[in-house]
Amino acid sequence: MEFTTRGLWTMLHGMGFGGLYLLAFTGALVELYRTRLGDSLQADSDNSEFLRKYLAGMAVLAWLAVLSGAYIVYPWYRAAAPAGTANLAAFPQALLQSSPSTAQWHLLGMEWKEYVAWIAPISCTMAAAVASGYGESLRSFPPLRAAVRNFVVISFFAAALAGLTGAMLNKHAPVEGGRTVQVLRGSTQ
Amino acid sequence: MNGEDGRATNGAGAAAVLAAGIGSFVLGVLDVAADKSRALKTFLSFYRPTGPLSGITTVAVVVWLAAWGLLAWRWRGKDVPMTRTNGIAYVLLGLALLLTFPLFADLF
Repeated sequence: MEFTTRGLWTMLHGMGFGGLYLLAFTGALVELYRTRLGDSLQADSDNSEFLRKYLAGMAVLAWLAVLSGAYIVYPWYRAAAPAGTANLAAFPQALLQSSPSTAQWHLLGMEWKEYVAWIAPISCTMAAAVASGYGESLRSFPPLRAAVRNFVVISFFAAALAGLTGAMLNKHAPVEGGRTVQVLRGSTQ
Repeated sequence: MNGEDGRATNGAGAAAVLAAGIGSFVLGVLDVAADKSRALKTFLSFYRPTGPLSGITTVAVVVWLAAWGLLAWRWRGKDVPMTRTNGIAYVLLGLALLLTFPLFADLF
């Protein structure tokens, strides 16, 4: 069982940072909803402290996902194939664009994903900053709390869209190459 | 987050919300603009291996942070009409989502 370094970075970007961000979303939504019920549930400072740290963690994950995607994985994806290259496996964008049946994955999928994904860290950083700055008093500002919740929801959809298209792109033209890392070695049957 | 009388105000929060909308909108506008202008696309290729994505996102993040700082400074310790601020931020965010969608951008 082996991985290439490019494959490992792609997994870390998508399934690591991006996947964890998407998994964390429901937790954030529940915590934001609890701030709405704060008065009746006697929410204490521990709750707002948890929300502050939770959103800050999500923002870090979102930034790691877009930065690793843009500056580590994407250059491998868009690398230009030398003229006359017959095997385009190491050049995912060129591989997708070489066939009419896969070209739209790049034109629609990647061209949307590469930009819409950045809405997630911007929105989540805002949510984390507001939660951090206001703490328990956020529940005293219902429209502000609603904005934080709605931006977190939009950031989830932006990240989910990027994650879904990223997974489909990697299925049709995986980013692979570089040094091979062998994890397990078995015997052939 | 508090005004001069020590009472909590929404100004700082409103600044963060509106700035996030502005930053997202700039991202969408630059995405479309760079798609239509070869010169802008070349100019925004700050890091060649990543291409114009590097410049578009860098400029959007810088504008977002600058708008955040400016609005936070202007609205510090003040109460602003939050419903209207949210509305503007949602419209900007919605436009950003639309503008980053390649088929919508192709309409321009």
